[in-house]
Amino acid sequence: MKILVCISNVPDTTTKIRFADNNSRFDSTGVQWVINPWDELSLTRSLELKDDASTGVKSVTVAHVGGADAEPTIRKALAIGADDAVRVNAQASDSFYVASQLAEVVKKESYDIIMCGIESSDFNGSTVGGMVAALLDIPAVSAVSSLKIEGGRPVITRETDGGREVVSVPAPFVAVVQKGIAKEPRIASMRGIMTARTKQIRVLGPVAVEPLTEVVGFDLPKPRAACRFVDPENAAELIALLQNEAKVI
Amino acid sequence: MSILVYAENREGKFRKPVFELVSYASALGKMMNCGVTALSVGNVPAGEIEKLGHYGATVVLTVNGDSHAVFDTGSYASLLAEVAQSVQAGVILIAGNTTGKALAPGVAIRLKAGVAAGVAGLPLSVSPFTVNKRVYSGNAYARVVIKSAVKVITLLPNSFDTAESKVSPSISAYTPKAAVAVKTEVLNVQKQDGRVLLTEASVVVSGGRGMKSADNWGPLVELAELLDGATACSRPVSDEGWRPHEEHTGQTGKIIAPDLYIAVGISGATQHLAGVSSSKYIVAINSDKSAPIFEAAQYGIAGDAAKVLPKLVEALKAAKGK
Ligand SMILES: Cc1cc2nc3c(=O)[nH]c(=O)nc-3n(C[C@H](O)[C@H](O)[C@H](O)COP(=O)(O)OP(=O)(O)OC[C@H]3O[C@@H](n4cnc5c(N)ncnc54)[C@H](O)[C@@H]3O)c2cc1C
Ligand SMILES: Nc1ncnc2c1ncn2[C@@H]1O[C@H](COP(=O)(O)O)[C@@H](O)[C@H]1O
Repeated sequence: MKILVCISNVPDTTTKIRFADNNSRFDSTGVQWVINPWDELSLTRSLELKDDASTGVKSVTVAHVGGADAEPTIRKALAIGADDAVRVNAQASDSFYVASQLAEVVKKESYDIIMCGIESSDFNGSTVGGMVAALLDIPAVSAVSSLKIEGGRPVITRETDGGREVVSVPAPFVAVVQKGIAKEPRIASMRGIMTARTKQIRVLGPVAVEPLTEVVGFDLPKPRAACRFVDPENAAELIALLQNEAKVI
Repeated sequence: MSILVYAENREGKFRKPVFELVSYASALGKMMNCGVTALSVGNVPAGEIEKLGHYGATVVLTVNGDSHAVFDTGSYASLLAEVAQSVQAGVILIAGNTTGKALAPGVAIRLKAGVAAGVAGLPLSVSPFTVNKRVYSGNAYARVVIKSAVKVITLLPNSFDTAESKVSPSISAYTPKAAVAVKTEVLNVQKQDGRVLLTEASVVVSGGRGMKSADNWGPLVELAELLDGATACSRPVSDEGWRPHEEHTGQTGKIIAPDLYIAVGISGATQHLAGVSSSKYIVAINSDKSAPIFEAAQYGIAGDAAKVLPKLVEALKAAKGK
């Protein structure tokens, strides 16, 4: 069994978000780039599955759609333990474009499990994983919080808007993962960092597709009014403010 | 042309996100000069179906019975796409909850439609079709143009006020043409008890590490109950096992936008704020007056949670005359 982990390259989660050129593009000055937190957890879970011989998982590949500037992030995934990597050399212009490229990667190499995050922390698209599945006409399981392989069969827990369900689907399938899939992200060991240098990043050209959406600008949320402090001894005043001023209770 | 809304039910009832969606669709219908069709799948009583008209659905199509009892993303997306084509939908509106996030991409691919997920507010313009969507985990909004003929939108829960516009909808049963191909096998189902769902709650009371231990949550839970709200927590709290994982809010947990978010003993790390910054009002209770949470809050009490919470409970009971 082969796993493909789709990784998005995103600003570190503590980045102060700024825009340049009249709010038309993200200002990446001084930004640290990291593996999208969900994708890091997907990678961790994939490696755990590979470590357990009973699962039959033989290899874990990471895939990224983006420019050469993302290679340090891809190397990091290799250092954490991925066997190899594929980079589709193209601008990730929209979810449909990215999903089309990833679907092509899957078609070429026939992976059994494709892991995507529930959202990228920059574009918050929540879309790529589901689109990859639809493009390939294979099942997608969304909001996956646990993935096991028992007797060769995937056993998947998914969160619902009011509980959770344990389900199974036939491979190949896309798992769109969320919290719970792995506890802590796996960290690269010294040896991992050394061997990552010798692992291969295959660079592929993109397939021609037209993006369906376009970002034309950004806006920052309206600044909030300064905090109004209420005396700790006067809880009733806070309740009154919430009732009469904010009108939210 | 029409606007199609997917009206998801839970155990035969529609929840607030559906009424928000229909209200949104109705307002969008006025901008685009077209009617609103709502699709309901599964067994929903007639009285409940009527409610969709109260928020402006002009046509309601129902797929009754148990053909779609299992939530299989492929078979649901196929059904939505088929209905969208039969009513010539130009825009398909889906809630930005777990179900909606699972469905939107599959529907979009089947209709060659562009998606904007996590949309807040009505389109800035309908031609070109431009919407505001949440990006950078709530730290910004992007203006996105959807260029395809058909558009798919998921709406951030709690971001659009419901508006009544009494319509008597024409209600009819829809018989799907395509055979249902379910690939998902359900092995086990666990339902949450009758509590208010965190993602749908108007009021959320949330605790952080400043709550000190798992044993101190009594007054916080009581406050949430008195406000008909839900309880939540920061990540370290769920990691410690003080509270269940479903309550973890933030970038790597649930993303919520209640009218009121009360953060108790939470420092206000960017990753936490990423999940709650769209709340209409934030109240912070923290013993450290310089905690970053106060920069995000409109009201604050600098004090010890263990002392302040019981006082708030008391004051609220007094205000409610209980
Ligand atoms: C990739 C990544 C993703 C993350 N995702 C999330 C996420 O989704 N959600 C999340 O919450 N965190 C997330 N974090 C963690 C985040 O960075 C913070 O560590 C976390 O939010 C802190 O939780 P806290 O505010 O409860 O605890 P602390 O930061 O320890 O703050 C406790 C607060 O309680 C106050 N306090 C102490 N005693 C009292 C008292 N008696 N009464 C009142 N106040 C008191 C203190 O002044 C302090 O401000 C993430 C981190 C990373 C790296
Ligand atoms: N440029 C990309 N390259 C590879 N995978 C991606 C890319 N963008 C998004 N993904 C995958 O899709 C998931 C969801 O992204 P999004 O739909 O943008 O929120 C991410 O967690 C990744 O697994």
